Amino acid sequence: MATSRTRILSGNEACAEGALAAGVRFFGGYPITPSSEIAEELSRKLPRHGGIFIQMEDEIASIGSVIGASIAGSKAMTATSGPGFSLMQENIGYACMAEIPCVIVNVMRGGPSTGLPTMPSQGDVMQARWGTHGDHPIIALAPFSVRETFDLTIRAFNLTEAFRIPVVLLLDEIIGHVNEKLTFPDPEEIRVVERKSGRKINGQDYLPYRVTESGVPPMVSFGEGARYHITGLAHDETGFPTNDPEKIDQLLRRLNSKLDAHRDEIVEVEYSNMDDAEIGLVAYGSTARSARYAVRSAREKGIAAGLIRPRTLWPFADREIGAYADQVKAWIVPEMNLGQIATQVECASRFSRPVHRINRVDGNPINPVDILKKIEDLV
Amino acid sequence: MSFRYEIRLSGEGGQGLVLAGKILAEAAAIYDDLNATQSQSYGPEARGGASRSEVIISDEDIDYPKAVDIDLLLALTQESVDKYYQDVKEDGVIVVDEDNIKQLPTGPFKVHKVPVIRLARENLGRALVANIVALGVIARISKVVSEDALKKAIEARVPKGTEELNLKAFETGMKAYSEIE
Repeated sequence: MATSRTRILSGNEACAEGALAAGVRFFGGYPITPSSEIAEELSRKLPRHGGIFIQMEDEIASIGSVIGASIAGSKAMTATSGPGFSLMQENIGYACMAEIPCVIVNVMRGGPSTGLPTMPSQGDVMQARWGTHGDHPIIALAPFSVRETFDLTIRAFNLTEAFRIPVVLLLDEIIGHVNEKLTFPDPEEIRVVERKSGRKINGQDYLPYRVTESGVPPMVSFGEGARYHITGLAHDETGFPTNDPEKIDQLLRRLNSKLDAHRDEIVEVEYSNMDDAEIGLVAYGSTARSARYAVRSAREKGIAAGLIRPRTLWPFADREIGAYADQVKAWIVPEMNLGQIATQVECASRFSRPVHRINRVDGNPINPVDILKKIEDLV
Repeated sequence: MSFRYEIRLSGEGGQGLVLAGKILAEAAAIYDDLNATQSQSYGPEARGGASRSEVIISDEDIDYPKAVDIDLLLALTQESVDKYYQDVKEDGVIVVDEDNIKQLPTGPFKVHKVPVIRLARENLGRALVANIVALGVIARISKVVSEDALKKAIEARVPKGTEELNLKAFETGMKAYSEIE
């Protein structure tokens, strides 16, 4: 008999639970299939946790409200799907530029445009990285199970609060809607990160964008006494706009270097059967489950196949994949898009071996049998 | 020896197939301490339109949460049986609603006709509980989930005040299958 901490939950419900465990206190969103259960759960539970839930008039306002709540000191999030994610892009850029912590959940469905509202896809992977304009830092995580959705939602909050970089949690319709067993960890086992605050830094008055050693300026919430300016324009350490090339250059390089400096902390990868693998698979999200099924079947047939599963999609696990560039004879990248991560695998493996794509964009998941067939063809 | 048992419940939106799948998964994973996943595929409509719900039950971790080789297919509409019978594996079982399915599929599988919707409407007074009647049939055929676990899962999941009706529906389904066997 399972313990009372074990329940059957969907990925979307686990996302809401993970957010609560991480200390979310604000959700602003607009319902959209297949993400709506996240909003539904939080609309019920957030008020009981002393938090605020607001259904905004659209997704542009939703991300705006999330940014405002975060500036006022709350851990804040929204959840949407492709069409809503498109609408949010401008303000996501604002959050990158102004360094406002926030978590944006995108439960991917078929696109482009209104596309396939109820069907799975992984078509927003590149949009998560480059959907908003300009050179900007962003982090994207892609869980492959209900339990991992719980864990990575907590991690998304920890990363955004630690580095002041928006974090995109990329679910797909399968992970959002699959129901499976989740055993909740002890609350004491959960690591929760709070943002660095402090009005006086080294005895000096607060400068909102002070250049510090870590590259992450401490953040004082509005209402805590420090008055300062926030803008999407290029700004100096005071937060006011500047046209000084030196200061602009310093800002843009610092913003983006936050990712480089903390890259190894951010990038998480799971390896299965890679030690002696001759066929290397790279897969993420629900597709990684098809891939793992195929790898298991291949191993039963004596074929040396292995799987690299990036839990962090951006920054990309290029070094981790590159380490196997000479070992494997071929790569297979199954994706529910037309090859968005396959090109990354080609770069990461320095084009040393062919990268075979298995792509599906018809609203159906990739059948493990199709992956297994490809593995067998390559042997 | 590990096992993986795949069930697909198919019919129309509004027939409670997603709930039935969740109850199956809960019975297996919570009350019988196995592993289970439940997933669904549906159109943008709230009611009507093709609907399917899949449950995978295993004593191991479940990688792929969708059906590959179906052990048991429940079909409540002609459209769903026509669409899915080919996914049923050799020696698999198809349960069809006796009144709705006029053309039976042929192949290396067993087909059982059970009037689940009529039983719900006439014996229990509510067509709405056809999904739970179907669960009774599935319990007797599949035997991967214990009847006790299914009863507990039904009680925990159905709306308050309807527990008795639903448990009766479950018994009705089990009995109906025993009679045709």
